[in-house]
Amino acid sequence: MTWVNVVVQGLLLGGLYALFATGLSLMFGVMRLVNLAHGDLSIVAAFVALAIVDRFHVNPLWTLLVVVPLMLGLGYLLQRGLLNFALRGADPLPPVLVTFGLAIILQNLLLEVFSADSQGLDAGRLENASIRVSDRLAVGWFPLLTLVTAVGVLVGLQLMLSRTRLGRSFRATSDDPEAASLVGLDPRHVFAMATAIALATVAVAGLFLGVRTTFTPSIGPTRLIFAFEAVIIGGLGSIWGTLAGGLVLGVAQTLGAQLSPGWGVLAGHLVFLAVLAFRPTGLLGREVPA
Amino acid sequence: MTEGSGEPQGGAPVNQVPEVTAPPVLRVQRATLPSRIGLALGLAAVLLLALGPLWALDSVLRTLISVFTLLALAQMWNLLAGYAGLVSIGQQAYVGLGAYGLLLFADTLGLPVLVSVLVAGIVGTLVAVPTALLAFRLRGGYFAIGTWVIAEVYRLVITNVSQLGGGSGLTLRAASSFDRTTRLYLTYELALAVGVGAVAVTYLLLRRRLGLALTAIRDGEQSARSLGVPVFRTKFVVYLVAAFGCSLAGAVIYLNLLRVQPEAAFSINWTAFMIFIVIIGGVGTIEGPIIGTIVFFVLQETLSGYGAWYLVLLGAVAVVVTLLARRGLWGLIADRTGWSLFPVQRRLEER
Repeated sequence: MTWVNVVVQGLLLGGLYALFATGLSLMFGVMRLVNLAHGDLSIVAAFVALAIVDRFHVNPLWTLLVVVPLMLGLGYLLQRGLLNFALRGADPLPPVLVTFGLAIILQNLLLEVFSADSQGLDAGRLENASIRVSDRLAVGWFPLLTLVTAVGVLVGLQLMLSRTRLGRSFRATSDDPEAASLVGLDPRHVFAMATAIALATVAVAGLFLGVRTTFTPSIGPTRLIFAFEAVIIGGLGSIWGTLAGGLVLGVAQTLGAQLSPGWGVLAGHLVFLAVLAFRPTGLLGREVPA
Repeated sequence: MTEGSGEPQGGAPVNQVPEVTAPPVLRVQRATLPSRIGLALGLAAVLLLALGPLWALDSVLRTLISVFTLLALAQMWNLLAGYAGLVSIGQQAYVGLGAYGLLLFADTLGLPVLVSVLVAGIVGTLVAVPTALLAFRLRGGYFAIGTWVIAEVYRLVITNVSQLGGGSGLTLRAASSFDRTTRLYLTYELALAVGVGAVAVTYLLLRRRLGLALTAIRDGEQSARSLGVPVFRTKFVVYLVAAFGCSLAGAVIYLNLLRVQPEAAFSINWTAFMIFIVIIGGVGTIEGPIIGTIVFFVLQETLSGYGAWYLVLLGAVAVVVTLLARRGLWGLIADRTGWSLFPVQRRLEER
């Protein structure tokens, strides 16, 4: 029963990773941009939520109403004002360098504004309440809510991509930006919309992270790494792969930590490397390697 | 067009060698006057620096150790990203492996310190083989994060080995067999050798076929491959060279610092510094990292009092330079003057 519990907790943790991976996957899918500031942006969202909670003493989940639109707008401006310029030309260097520089800027700005202290978002009773399934198996309400939210966000994204005009413009621009602009789409705008939506999911992920655990200005890169591993394990270009990748990563980490406390994160990395070595297209990916 | 006639009549003849008018007498020109002057001045500077222990204060020597080792790291990153398009943010793996290699061979196995530094470099290169095989499956930004994850794997594995001090690390004891001054001078000369060596190796590699292959790959990977350029092998060789250079530099850095701790030795900051130096100085030029290292140290000395704001500024400068002056400070100088201190290109000149 211990092992069942470990796997269940891993799946719940995986929900959070899938939530983190969604935005990374979307931005790469639409514009082949790997945003190295992805994790740091989620921490920015968590700190904004913290500032609101400190001022107005509300449950952190209510701050989603402010933080999500804020990150949506920030994403649009970030893409129009900065990232689009890094995407000109075929040179692989500028996108990596610009987003890496942005990551360093965000981490150190947060450090100056909020100090290096550990912070947490207090969601009150919801945080510790759980459903007891049996003596050794309890499912926390909040981790369950995280997993359900992740599935909801991914389903929403899938519907948006397949059913809406915006989703069609994403797919068209992803396939061929020049052809898309010939039929009246402005790739700069389409990319900015994709980044806006990606950062909205990042805001949700950052907030849920903040409730689940403590955070500091320097943990963004770890979040980026987990999101990246979930994307690669699941397979590029597959929404359901991203969910599967997050779940596999979560289970690998909790199983590893069960074996020895120091091996949790490492076990996740090893699963990622094994996928890279033996199935580079990922579990559910298209037959095109990264 | 009549078959077999000697005169090509419009369009290219298909099966015959066209008659060619005598070509102008050309020769391949590599060195230029500024490059010869630069080489002479550079050699003089290296000689002067090699005699550093005779004229410089110990504190200056200590600063120069950091300068030379960072130059080596930056030049290796420049070779990777600027010439081979391998934008790695996992080079801290080799700094850490160099440091722990030194610790393992000098302290645990009792090899002489100098031999241990070299062996640490070789170990880093050997580890780079499987690393490259895995990381090369990813491209662009995902290659970048992939190399970072692999660096994290090495850090976590070493953190879990209690013989190497676990998470709190160990102090290098072998160095205490020397007295303070001897150790400082030895480390200084090693650092100078690694720094100058990194520049020289990059220059010599780029002058060879490898340089041509890299240029071809940069201009178009598919077309280079179709011309028979061994794309994978070329990138693989560059990756191994960079791993060797960074491991050696890592060993020398920790011969100076003595205290080896996994968080610090495998810190992403090493790669962040490499990137800033190369971007500010000029990516894809050999001169760039040299200028970048000097600028980086001047900035660090003047702005380090501002704490995190200093890093915010460095990040912002890197972003702005990447977008507005792709070839950095040296690019601006070279565009204005036409200088090239390390001529790796071939110019045709009439004799």
